[in-house]
Amino acid sequence: MAMNNIFVKLFITFFKIGAFTFGGGWAMISIIEKEIVDKHRWLAREEFLDQLAVAQSMPGILAVNISVAVGDKLRGTRGSVCAALGTILPSFMIILAIAIFLTPEAIKSNDTLSRIFKGIRPAVVALIVAPVISSAKSAKIGWKTVAIPIVVALLIWSKLPVVSSPILWIVAGGAGGYIWFRKHLKALRNADSAKGGGQA
Amino acid sequence: MIYLKLVWAYLKIGLFGFGGGYAMLALIEREIVGPGWITGQMFTDIVAISQMTPGPIGINSATYIGYVAPGASSSALSSPLWGILGSILCTLVVVVPSFILTIYASHFITRHRESAIVKGVFTGLRPVVVGLIASAALLLMNSANFGSTPAEVIPGIIICVAAFCLVYFAKIHPIIVILLAGAAGYIIF
Repeated sequence: MAMNNIFVKLFITFFKIGAFTFGGGWAMISIIEKEIVDKHRWLAREEFLDQLAVAQSMPGILAVNISVAVGDKLRGTRGSVCAALGTILPSFMIILAIAIFLTPEAIKSNDTLSRIFKGIRPAVVALIVAPVISSAKSAKIGWKTVAIPIVVALLIWSKLPVVSSPILWIVAGGAGGYIWFRKHLKALRNADSAKGGGQA
Repeated sequence: MIYLKLVWAYLKIGLFGFGGGYAMLALIEREIVGPGWITGQMFTDIVAISQMTPGPIGINSATYIGYVAPGASSSALSSPLWGILGSILCTLVVVVPSFILTIYASHFITRHRESAIVKGVFTGLRPVVVGLIASAALLLMNSANFGSTPAEVIPGIIICVAAFCLVYFAKIHPIIVILLAGAAGYIIF
């Protein structure tokens, strides 16, 4: 198999991206864009943004979705398999190595490690609180909508039967948004055309 | 059968994981910590390890949990080979739903980018995603992560508040914050 085979190139390109991008998702997007659009010129920027829009609207892991969408656009399903495997393999191998050596027992039985992790755990909680605020800002949560995230968070936290299921709230949010949007579609269209057909 | 249960759990996580890695944590907590396959502490440790290694949190957690869960469920499955099988399964399965959907959608949605369905669904999902991330934060505010005696809880809260300020206000990279917290933990505890 020649190194200039497009499937091999797709795999290697996404392998590099998977191996060197910390933080997943959005951190990866700009690097993928550079590699795909600027360096390899596999897709025009407009095409890439279309594929990004698709990847974003799908569930699952954004970095994997974008590699699937790009691979599919280039070489169909086989292309997307190569791109997805490239994205997944580096973190799979690194985490597997860590899991084999850094077992929970290893952390517990090693005094140094258990002290270090005792300090890390409260910081991890902080790392998750920070995106609560930034995502609330970017979702334009206001006084009218602030009840939704609060109620959802408290119910999931409550561990009560049925209502604490995250899946329930994801489905309800999607369905509710769809129904609301259908109802207000006409009004929104009118407002849009009054603004000169402004795009969202 | 632990493997079937893991596959089922990660199919659900892959299919309903909207809103990125942090929002996915609420689902992972529910599906993986809930049944008791890993402890709350391990869950937090995985999040920390995911932050310090490259790659998305969804993949990292699937690989780690897939490796640890078989051995934790039964001593007959404690051999590393059973763990490797679990980690391969979980990592593949978490990707499968979005793999199929993305391929299907890349032929379909590009032409309907502005469709009412997509726009409406995401308008409704946005506040829920905020709630999902908040629930993950709430679920982790427990004695597994902060300890149970004042000698553990008070430094824990101080580390948490300091880490929040560093990440949110000073925009320090999470990896550095984790390293600092680890150093603080080593000195304090």
